[in-house]
Amino acid sequence: MTNNPAAAPADAGAPRAVLSARGLTKRFGPFTAVNNVDLDVCHGRIHALIGPNGAGKSTVFNLLTKFLKPTEGRIVLDGTDITAMDPASVARMGMVRSFQISATFGDMTLLDNVRVALQRPNNMSRQFWRSLISLDRLNRQAMELLDRVGLADMAQLRANNLSYGRKRALEIATTLALEPRVLLLDEPLAGMGQEDVEHMAKLIKTVSRDCALVMVEHNLKVVGDIGDDITVLQRGEILARGDYATVSADPRVREAYMGSEDDSH
Amino acid sequence: MSAKHADTIVMPTRKSPVPALTFAALILVLAILPAFFYPIFVMKLLCFVLFAAAFNLLLGYTGLLSFGHAAFFGGAAYVTAHALKVWQVTPEFAILAGVAAAIVLGLIIGAVAIRRQGIYFAMITLAMAQMFYFFCLQAPFTNGEDGIQGFSRGHLFGIIDLNETMNLYYFIAAVTVLSLVLIWRIVNSPFGQILRAIRENEPRTISLGYSVQRFKLAAFVMSAGLTGLAGALKALLFQFATLADVAWQMSGEVILMTLIGGIGTLAGPVVGAGILIGMQNFLATSGLPVTMVLGGTFMVCVLLFRRGVVGEILNLLERRRG
Repeated sequence: MTNNPAAAPADAGAPRAVLSARGLTKRFGPFTAVNNVDLDVCHGRIHALIGPNGAGKSTVFNLLTKFLKPTEGRIVLDGTDITAMDPASVARMGMVRSFQISATFGDMTLLDNVRVALQRPNNMSRQFWRSLISLDRLNRQAMELLDRVGLADMAQLRANNLSYGRKRALEIATTLALEPRVLLLDEPLAGMGQEDVEHMAKLIKTVSRDCALVMVEHNLKVVGDIGDDITVLQRGEILARGDYATVSADPRVREAYMGSEDDSH
Repeated sequence: MSAKHADTIVMPTRKSPVPALTFAALILVLAILPAFFYPIFVMKLLCFVLFAAAFNLLLGYTGLLSFGHAAFFGGAAYVTAHALKVWQVTPEFAILAGVAAAIVLGLIIGAVAIRRQGIYFAMITLAMAQMFYFFCLQAPFTNGEDGIQGFSRGHLFGIIDLNETMNLYYFIAAVTVLSLVLIWRIVNSPFGQILRAIRENEPRTISLGYSVQRFKLAAFVMSAGLTGLAGALKALLFQFATLADVAWQMSGEVILMTLIGGIGTLAGPVVGAGILIGMQNFLATSGLPVTMVLGGTFMVCVLLFRRGVVGEILNLLERRRG
């Protein structure tokens, strides 16, 4: 990645980073969970964050999305320093995350789940005096989003009644409602059956064309299939980075994954 | 993208006739209730119905358990009583003053408490309500243990004499019904959807770009204001504002009512207040130990009907339907 901004626009082969982190460090008391991590996420690419358990992937993820405050380091989104911002503000700037445990509004219908995401950009979140019928004008958009993830015919079901894989799909639909510029997915495939995994991987690939996408993932096969840039973390530090071929050929990475590689396939 | 496919499925939210019918039935019941019950009792019941409904707005629809609502209830009662007795304003202004006081208190307590969640939130509200209790105990205008009493209810808008029991009854009934309609509207509004989302999954709501603290504070203040309205009506009804209205037991009572009736349902607080006030009234003359019977009832409810009376009924209906 070039550090000279003047050279970047001319160089079409190296897209500019939408989201950059420099020297990201997080300490919990004496324990350093993340140490001096640099990261660049580019538009239209999938950036996978992998590493053995306890490598600090989720901490990096929470730092990027502002759910945790970094002890040191800087995070820049589209040229704006967001290091000191709160999570809701960065979400409004177009950086949206998902959660490891699928995050839906369980007691609400699928349609309502997606409409909640649409309400804010449409300035329809504060009216306490208006009827729910006023939200019907979001239905078309909401249904298109549900259709995109294959849930349109379940719009009136409650999210609680969905299977795990479908909950994750609903979560993606809700996230896409915000038209994110940066999308961060925390283990989007965890706990899914094989069929759902393939479906979701395809969906993630499609979605990544319109945004910069970061995902934490254990499923190395999928990471190899759809990941463009891969960063391997170990004990809070970057062990290796590059495309899948480079990373998987790295002897240090192979060593770090010894024993756990079999589980991941 | 198959927008055509999506089009065929979009169904507009149907306007359900159920709420309108429910409110019509409620008005009908309120019209005939005084023929069977002592109107003062029904009015007391209505004050607590409103109190519990306002509390449920926070607990049931936003997922915030406040243990300090007595401060808003009793605070508004004191201010209303003081306004009637000392300032000698008409009752509508006295009530407005009470509600305004509750809103200010709600802003202060809410702004501090919403920074924490769960049990810590409850503890902060309790602690601040207790501070307010001791303020009321010491402040000269509350008359300490004696409370504020011995004032006339005055004439509503300077015309309608509220010292006439039935005038007062229709006034309190109208205010209660309108407030319940307002709460129903808040819950079923675009704003209410966001509150529900916060209750269901707060981190997710934040990640969608909502400043949930503001929504929580707004809900807290709305709940405090409506609780204040209930307290103001109670002070007007009994011509009496006392330390019992700001004591923590009052906060506990409204939690009981809401839980017994069913949190997160609109009818729950109405039923819960009815059960609790009805039992208190009945037990007061029965010679039975009131607190033990109430405690026993609460335990039975928690063990058998975890959704509360109304919640269990609704759940039963839903299961039968599908």
